[in-house]
Amino acid sequence: MQVKEKIIEKTFLVIAFSSIAILALITFFIFEEGLPLILKIGIKAFLLGEKWIPSKGLFGVFPMIVSSFWVTFGALLLGIPLGLACAIFLSELIPPSVGLLLRPAIQLLAAIPSVIYGFWGLIVLVPLIQNHFGGPGLSILAGSLVLGFMILPTIITISEDSLKALPPTYKAGALALGATHWQTIWRVLIPAARSGIVASIILGMGRAIGETMAMIMILGNAVKMPTSFLDSARTLTTNIGIEMGYASGDHRQALFATGVVLFFIIMALNTLAIALSRRRVH
Amino acid sequence: MSQEDMDNRKSTKFQTLNDKEISFALQQTPSPHPSPPGGQGKGERRFGHWNFVFGNYLEFGLPARSLSLALNPENGQTHLRPTFCKQNAPAKAGIWNLGFLFLLLFILFSMGCQRSKAGITVAGSTSVEPFAELLAEEYMSRHPESHIYVQGGGSTAGIEAAITRAANIGMSSRNLIGEENKLYTVTIAKDAIAIIVNPKNSIQDLSLQQIRLVFSGKIRNWKELGGPLHPIVLVTREEGSGTRESFQKFVMGKEDISLEALVQDSNGAVRQVVASNHHAIGYISLGLVNDQVKAVKISGVEPNLTNIDNGKYTLVRPFLFVFKEEPTGEANSFLEFVLSPLAQKLLLKEGLVPALHKMARE
Repeated sequence: MQVKEKIIEKTFLVIAFSSIAILALITFFIFEEGLPLILKIGIKAFLLGEKWIPSKGLFGVFPMIVSSFWVTFGALLLGIPLGLACAIFLSELIPPSVGLLLRPAIQLLAAIPSVIYGFWGLIVLVPLIQNHFGGPGLSILAGSLVLGFMILPTIITISEDSLKALPPTYKAGALALGATHWQTIWRVLIPAARSGIVASIILGMGRAIGETMAMIMILGNAVKMPTSFLDSARTLTTNIGIEMGYASGDHRQALFATGVVLFFIIMALNTLAIALSRRRVH
Repeated sequence: MSQEDMDNRKSTKFQTLNDKEISFALQQTPSPHPSPPGGQGKGERRFGHWNFVFGNYLEFGLPARSLSLALNPENGQTHLRPTFCKQNAPAKAGIWNLGFLFLLLFILFSMGCQRSKAGITVAGSTSVEPFAELLAEEYMSRHPESHIYVQGGGSTAGIEAAITRAANIGMSSRNLIGEENKLYTVTIAKDAIAIIVNPKNSIQDLSLQQIRLVFSGKIRNWKELGGPLHPIVLVTREEGSGTRESFQKFVMGKEDISLEALVQDSNGAVRQVVASNHHAIGYISLGLVNDQVKAVKISGVEPNLTNIDNGKYTLVRPFLFVFKEEPTGEANSFLEFVLSPLAQKLLLKEGLVPALHKMARE
């Protein structure tokens, strides 16, 4: 029996570690492929270079970093108010039975494949923007709108959970002191659940920065510094997605190097989110 | 002690560790049936209820949630007894059912990965891909025993696949460069690149010079070309694309394509953008031009087969099949089919210029 137990224990250990090992291998591979190019052309030239012309050996990803954050910022402008409002509504303002209907619907939003969002954006949003605001239509505005909807489930579910996890005494205390329901929500509950809400926003940001398929379809992918929300742009992820089919040699390595940049951004965001959600509320 | 009893003892021990109260009760009460709830009587196996026990934690049962017949080997009687799935398969069993499911899926997948038919792989340029698919289908209908797998990936990837033998045949829509020239290459057809605009656009005719100025970003408004007062929306292909390389070579020369240009990653996507934007201009394979977009004349020369044939329309590039060495067997037989008059006629019908066009015309 003892031997059997040991074997079983070790089997589980191997299974558990293999998933970490796969992650480590992927990380190693990205760095192994990407770092030589960054070092070859210089970290500064790579990160701050403004021109990406692989056929001429110019690999500057600065416009893509800026575009990534620009698109993400636009998505948050839409996603935060909508998501937070929805979370408050679900946790405080409606009877639980209605929530039973709404919550699966919101989760369904997360289950829609991103290519569907992209297609919807391309067919519906892009012509609208083209006709009403001018420009090519394929733009940061279109991308931000679509991404705003895509990050809603993340923001709503995590914010709602953190609101629900608050001790009921907070609400009772505030109401007993004579605060209205709205004052209680705005002045007591939201500040108390702040860390969870911020974490949800950062996780939403991570999702927005990582989104590729929908963005390839609606951003237009022009490699230049964006100057307005109506400009076409290329994010770090779409750069990899759109060029990987044909890339070889330095160009291929440059795409992995783009992945390295993305890796650091996502790691920073996730670490921040974990740190914030662990912080205790007093 | 019979084998049956041994089995029962094992399962009793199993329960001792997982569900103490029940198992103690079982041990203390002499059971009228040798097969207590949770036992693995032989009768159960015979009736299709399987319990697999490996040690204390590893148990999974395929649940039979109904009454099952159990055979009592001591008195030879059969009796109906319920199978207590919940009791004899505790929470951990769920994990093992899941594990079993994964195992099954894994086996299924690995079986799915095995090619059911012997076949060859053709990979590369997305411009050649639709035509290769068409030819492969035609070929397979004639040779039901063989299978041609056509994949995209791009010219460079296709040539690389041919070098590394990842594919039997690489497809390329650009001429080979440098080291690549060592490969065995066959031109299967020629394709023209059409400059396309929206059908609502009044522009009919552009010179190569004008197109170069437009795509390099020096002419920025349709007004300068005699069209409406509206900025031009440029649509180009991504770096590394065979179509882009040919366009660069034929039209742009040393000039760069403007960085303002929208970048789409396939002929279809370029066509889609030009079809939905009245002010867009792009370039795609002539074979893929449809009525959603309009191919402009270049200095009065309409892009059609006659003009390509007599050399008046100059934006023409080869479609290549690339082999590591002179092909043999299946790959050679497919190549021969592709170069046959019948296949070349098919390509002609699809808007390509046959490699052996004289033959195809006959």
